[in-house]
Formats: sequence, structure tokens, C-alpha cells
Amino acid sequence: MNGVRERLASRALTTVAVLIAVLWTTPTLGLLLSSFRPEAEVKTTGWWTVFGAPHLTLDNYGEVLSGAGNGSGRLAEHFVNSVVITVPSVLFPLVLAFLAAYALAWIDFRGRDALVVGVFALQVVPLQMALVPLLKLFSEGWLFLPAWHLTGPARFGQVWFAHTAFALPFGVFLLHNFLAALPRELIEAARVDGASHRTLLLRIVLPLARPALVGFAVIQFLWVWNDLLVALTLSGGTAETAPMTVRLASLAGTYGNDWQRLTAGAFVAALVPLLVFFSLGRHLARGLLAGSVKG
Amino acid sequence: MRFGARLALAVTTLAVTATACGAPQDSGSRSRTTVDCAPYARYGEHPGTTVTVYAENRDREADLFEETWADFADCTGIHVSYEGDGEFEARIQVRVEGGNAPDVAFFPQPGLLERFARDGRLKPASAGVAALARQGWSADWNSYATVDGTLYGTPLVANVKSFVWYSPTFFRDKGLAVPRTWSELMALTEKVAASGVKPWCAGIESAEATGWPVTDWIEDVLLRRQGTRVYDQWVAHEIPFDDPRVIDAMDTVGSLLKNDRYANGGFGPARSMASISFQEAGTPVLSGDCAMHRQASFYAGLWPDGTEIGPDKDVYAFLLPGADPASRPVLGGGVFTAAFADRPEVRAFQEYLASADFANARMRKGPFVSANRGVDPANAATPVDRLSIQLLQDPRTQFRFDGSDLMPASVGAGTFWKGAVDWIGGASTRQVAHSIERSWPGR
Repeated sequence: MNGVRERLASRALTTVAVLIAVLWTTPTLGLLLSSFRPEAEVKTTGWWTVFGAPHLTLDNYGEVLSGAGNGSGRLAEHFVNSVVITVPSVLFPLVLAFLAAYALAWIDFRGRDALVVGVFALQVVPLQMALVPLLKLFSEGWLFLPAWHLTGPARFGQVWFAHTAFALPFGVFLLHNFLAALPRELIEAARVDGASHRTLLLRIVLPLARPALVGFAVIQFLWVWNDLLVALTLSGGTAETAPMTVRLASLAGTYGNDWQRLTAGAFVAALVPLLVFFSLGRHLARGLLAGSVKG
Repeated sequence: MRFGARLALAVTTLAVTATACGAPQDSGSRSRTTVDCAPYARYGEHPGTTVTVYAENRDREADLFEETWADFADCTGIHVSYEGDGEFEARIQVRVEGGNAPDVAFFPQPGLLERFARDGRLKPASAGVAALARQGWSADWNSYATVDGTLYGTPLVANVKSFVWYSPTFFRDKGLAVPRTWSELMALTEKVAASGVKPWCAGIESAEATGWPVTDWIEDVLLRRQGTRVYDQWVAHEIPFDDPRVIDAMDTVGSLLKNDRYANGGFGPARSMASISFQEAGTPVLSGDCAMHRQASFYAGLWPDGTEIGPDKDVYAFLLPGADPASRPVLGGGVFTAAFADRPEVRAFQEYLASADFANARMRKGPFVSANRGVDPANAATPVDRLSIQLLQDPRTQFRFDGSDLMPASVGAGTFWKGAVDWIGGASTRQVAHSIERSWPGR
């Protein structure tokens, strides 16, 4: 009796889940189909008419990616900028947060608990509030810190700095919870065998923490890749340094009349996150659970 | 570890390649021999300097600007770094507060320019720029960039807003003539409606700025029915927002736009315009479902690709007529340049922007209208631009700046827009005008 009810419940649940998934994906499918339709059709008829009269073209993608003439998308240039911004903005907080989390979890020092609480509490500071002070720091300096005065491609440094700073509280929080949950016996056994912190960190903790590290890296990657606000404010907005999101925001033109380009632009921008998600999704699911259950 | 090592390797390779590709290419090496530098000699040589420009125009319009000043940049050695941003109005404040102000900004609203000028952030125009401003523009135009008697910048772009777009073919087929007076316009409207076509189409959806097309309508009609003096008093709040003369203008607009018999051609009942974007609102003119669409000159760029503009082409525009055939009331808007820095290269760039040479060169590249007196209408890219320039240079023209851009932002870019949406949605004229009047700051 119980078995039947369970089977029924799971079948009903599956149906609901599939239904939600279909509903959720339909707009994206529409967008995908629209991105292959000619401009005149995108602007006059709905995407579902494509099934009746399929006129497919790659014009939108061509225009958005390269194109030499006026007002072409040139997303390709900005794609490179996105990569240059994203990779260090993931690696810096990853390394720093890992080291900090290890120290906070396994090294005893005075004021450690207060520090942990302090770092966690920093998560409540909204990013938007820090933009003007950050800009001031870069352009005028603060207390004893000198102004950065960066120009051209050096402005990537500002974006890396901001993303690293904003990622650290969450990164330390996530990795600390995970590392603190490692079995005490394991760490102590290694210490008894004479392992230094260096050995412990690289040989024991790093391999064990891999799911959490990959999980954090993927979350941070998606956040930085999709970020518009920080890039817009700190990167300078020119083709030299602006990532794809900044370009996407202006792709529709001053009056928003070229919005058909956004369909193709959206998929070009989504390509890399999708690849990352599918190749590392396994780790992500595990990483999301990291630190959620203690002991 | 092998997985991790491979990932690290892949990431490093990717980053290195990316940095290599992203390294700035020397694009400024266009041979100087192909460019005639003589016209730019007066701006001097400023090799190795950079001027940053921040504005609202992006994509195609940004490219056209950059192409226009490319020769100037080559000849003077100034690198002009342009940044276009749809969130200009919000982000210029963040940038200025953060000490990261651009050297030159293009302000789409005089009010914003005024605020930065009062805060002491903007640098007053140099003697050279001021001389060019006096030479190029009327006192009216210069007054929009003048705060407490000090000139801060020059007009860059002019928009003529009082245009009615129509299809010459449709007019010919129906035996209609372009109206020369307001009463002819009303007769034309009735004639089209009697033939079974809704004469007017409009759309007021524009994201957070939804409602602005109606505010332009009201301003245009007030200017026509009451003249420039009442219009100026209304904008300056010397007469209340809900003055009976303003109510009369609103009701006149309402008799067209809030009338299901006259609007909204091609879309449905009159109130449908609240959900139609201003970009697509004119398209029924092409299909003959709507006879007229009142929208600014920039709408020339919003017609679907392949639409030809001209007196005997797919679409064309006429000036929204005044009370009699001789009157030329023109409502318009403009973009103004002003600088946050006064380095020599910034002044040189400002002087170039203030010259008629710049306006003429920009017009040859694509749609663009300048109110500069030295502009040659023959350079206009489209017939409507030519018409705009002729109107702006016509001494009979009574030009008035878009009132909602001059009113305090909380009204002109706030309650007036919202009120316009409510009004189209069915609220009464009196009620809407009263509530806008009550929202006026410091009243």
C-alpha cells in the first residue's frame, strides 16, 4: 500500500516537475528561435510562426558578433574582455578565501571567533553602496592609500579588485563551513605525523575541499560573467575594457529600435556559462551542499 | 589532482591568449597623408593626450560620432575615448561623486547640466568656446547652457519635436492635402475618420520614461493655442500647472488622443497607446491603418529598415500647424556639451564640437540636426533633417525647448509622465492637472 502511494506521489511529482521545466524553458526556446529569424519577421510576428513558415538565417549572429559597418555588435571584442575580467576575478577570491577559511577553521588564535562573525556579517553590505567609495579610492586615494590612476587596459585591475572584495565574505563563509566540517581525527592524525600547515593544506585539505572549491568557483564565475553594474561603473565602458554585458546593454541602440539583436546577443553571452555549467554541473550540485549540513 | 591541474592549465592558457588578443592594437596609425589637416590646424597639436567623452548615444550613433571626429583626433594627436551609456542620467552622478568624471559629457537635459554647474563641478566655457557659441547659436539656444550668467557649454544636437509623420501615398490615394492651419488639421482628422480609418496613432510606453510622448503633445498644443508667452510662464511655473489655458490645451489633445474614433489607428481603442512602445507606434502609417503620427525628427531612424523617407516616398513629415499658415511654432529638444576639465586638449575638443565644421561633417555621415547657424541644409542626410534645419534657421520660427526637460525633474521627469499615463488611461484632465500642480516642489 505504502509502495503504491509512494510510486503515485513520485509520478505526480515528476509530471509537475516536467511541466514546470517546460513552462520555464518556453520563453528561452522562443528567444532561441527568434535569434535565427530575419529582423522583419522578429519584429512583426511571434516566434511560434516559425513552425509554419521556417525562414532561418544567421544574420543576427553575424551582425552581433563581428560586422565592420556602423552599429554592428562586435561582441567578439567584448567577449575577450569578459574572459580577461572573469578568470582573475574567480581565481583571486578562490585562493584568498580558501587560505582564509583554512586559517579560520583550523588555526587557533585570539579573536578568531569574532573575526569569523565579522567576515560573515560583511555579507550584508550591499554592493551598490560601495560603488562611489570604491571610485573615490581609485581616483583620489583614501587615508594613506594612494590613488590608482589607472587608464586603458590597466582598469581591469579595478574590476578584479572589486569582484575579489565583494566575493570574499561569501567565499570565506562557504569554504569555512565546509572545512570546519572535515573530520578532526584526520587533521590531528596528520599533525601527529608531523605535517606542517603547508603539507596539511596542499596534501589533505585541498583534495578534500575540491567540491566546495569548484562549487564556489562556478557560482563566482556566473556572477562575474553576468555582472553589469560593477563592470559599467569601474571598467570604463570603452571597447578596450568593457565586458559583453556592457555591450549587450547598448546593443539595441540609443532608441532601442534594434532589439532583435538582443536575441542573438543573449545566446552568445550565455554560451560560456552554459558550457561551464554543463561541464562542472556535477561538482556544482555537490558544492551547493557544501557546509550546509554540519557533522 | 590531475583534474585540477588540467583545469588550471586550461584556465591559464585561456587567460594568456585572451590578454594577448586583448592587447590594444595601434589603430591610430592611419596615414596622415590621406587626411587634410589644414582645417584642424587651429586646434593645435596635443600629441599623446586623451579626452574622455561620456554620453547617452550608443551603438550606431556612437560610431557616427567617432567617425566624425576621427580626422580631428588624427591631426591633433588627441585620443578621444568615447563611452555611451543608456543609464547616463543616473550614472553621471555616480561617476562625478566618485571623482571619476569624464572630461566632456553630452547632457540630454539642460536641468542636469545646471545642477552640475551649480555644484561647481563643471568648468565654465573657455573664451574660444564662448566666441564660437555666440557665432553659431541664437541667444535662446545659448541660454539653455548658461547658469547665472556663465556659459558652460554649447548645443550639440537639436531635435525638432513638432513633426507629424504621414504616408504621402496614403494622402494621395485618399485625396488629402497636408494641412497648413490647426483648423485644416482638425478637418483632415474628421475626413480620415469618416472614411473608416482611425487618423491618429500613438504609443507612450518607454520603460521608466513611459508617458513622455503625451507630454510633448500637450506642450506642442499649448504653444500653438496660447503662444510663447503663456508657454514660458507655464514652464517656469509663473502660472499654475492647472491654469485654465493649460486645461484647454490638454482637452484639445484629449479630443484627438482620448477619442476612440480618432485613435489608436492600427492598434485598437485609444487607451491601447499606454502599452504600445513609442518606437513601434508609427508603423501603422506604413500599412495605411493610421494616417498620422506625431513624433520628433529622430523618428526617421525608427522606421523599419528599407522605409524610404521623402515628400513622394513611403513616409514624410509636416510641421504640426499653428493657428495660421504663417506661424511656425516649433517645439524641440537638444543635447549640450559641457566639460568637467579644462586642460588644453579638452578645450580644443570642445571648440571643435562647437564649430560648424563638426556639425556639417557629422550630418554628412548620417541623420543629425544641429541648430548651428553655419550648418548647410544641403548636407542633411534625410529630407526630414533638411526640413528641421530649415525650420531652425527660419527667422519666423518661434522655437521653444521641451518644457518637461526644463521643469524640475520631479515633475518633468516624474509626475508629468505618470499623470500623462493616468490621463490616457481615463482619468479626467482636471484631476490629472491638479495632481501634477500639487506635486510641484516648493509650491
